Amino acid sequence: MASAPLKAQLTDLLNSMFAMDFLDEQFKELQMLEEASGPGFLAEVVTLFCGDAERIISQLSVLLNEPVVDFGKVDANVHQLKGSSSSVGAKRVALVCVKFRNVCQENDKEGCIAALHEIRHEFDELHKKFQTMVQLEQQIQVLDSKQMN
Amino acid sequence: MEIATQTPFHVLAVDDSSLERKLIEKLLKTSSYQVTTVDSGSKALEFLGLKEDQKSNASTFPLYQKETKVNLIITDYCMPGMSGYDLLKKIKESSALRDIPVVILSSENVPSRVTRCLEEGAEAFFLKPLKFSDLARLEPHLSKSKDVPEMHNLFKSKMGLMSKRNKRKRGEQDENLHETVGVTGPRLKLTPSD
Repeated sequence: MASAPLKAQLTDLLNSMFAMDFLDEQFKELQMLEEASGPGFLAEVVTLFCGDAERIISQLSVLLNEPVVDFGKVDANVHQLKGSSSSVGAKRVALVCVKFRNVCQENDKEGCIAALHEIRHEFDELHKKFQTMVQLEQQIQVLDSKQMN
Repeated sequence: MEIATQTPFHVLAVDDSSLERKLIEKLLKTSSYQVTTVDSGSKALEFLGLKEDQKSNASTFPLYQKETKVNLIITDYCMPGMSGYDLLKKIKESSALRDIPVVILSSENVPSRVTRCLEEGAEAFFLKPLKFSDLARLEPHLSKSKDVPEMHNLFKSKMGLMSKRNKRKRGEQDENLHETVGVTGPRLKLTPSD
């Protein structure tokens, strides 16, 4: 089957993401949902998550650049990001969010800025992998549907 | 399109996050529920036919009717504006709506929050994210709704005494429902004692 090498690549990618804690058990729930309902769901969810994360990270940057930081708003944003990342199975991002909330609750501006850098880094790594995942899935689908015709 | 021999359960899911709404919708639809999602407590009340603002006549949803009967409301706790707790209160204060079971979803396990919700009449409190294995624990709460007489038969058909119509499909879905995914974190489900 023409898509076999791509499928192998995708499997390797996902396995390494699980092994390195980029993803956790919750992502497996989403995979089950995709298996039950058909392709496209994971791509949709991942895209939604990345959009949310980008938006929140930008917002956090703005908030932390204010002369007087509103730690309440910072916390609310991090809380949201923690929720989204937990729901999608983005383990490392979720863990950094926990750290972030802790320093935020201490009104530690420097700590927050450092945490934001870490989140940015973790998210960027994850985002690249998600993009590869979605591309591979799409290519596999195209090849598989050609095969069937 | 097949004609359903039995009406599926209709769940109204309330969450301000589009990602969460997508997840809940997919989870429930994959398990043969009918789902409506809204992004706020006030939209939920509007859908249910409770208008807060009497001045505005235009409603984005049709008034609550028998055909769109809701068997369960699942709401996020933390939402801007009207919280899940506020929504719960309004539903329980309404004579038309108070019998609809309400389940609260939260990303945080805060005992006082859980107690408050249960005391206000929530059927159960689940931790996010909602999983397949949680659905089995949701169903007993659906059965408390007085308005769905065929409920018992619907449970049976979902649990594997399959209807002729989509034997195989149901079989696959039931496999998923019964598979217990390993749970890593603490999960809390509290129900009021009868």
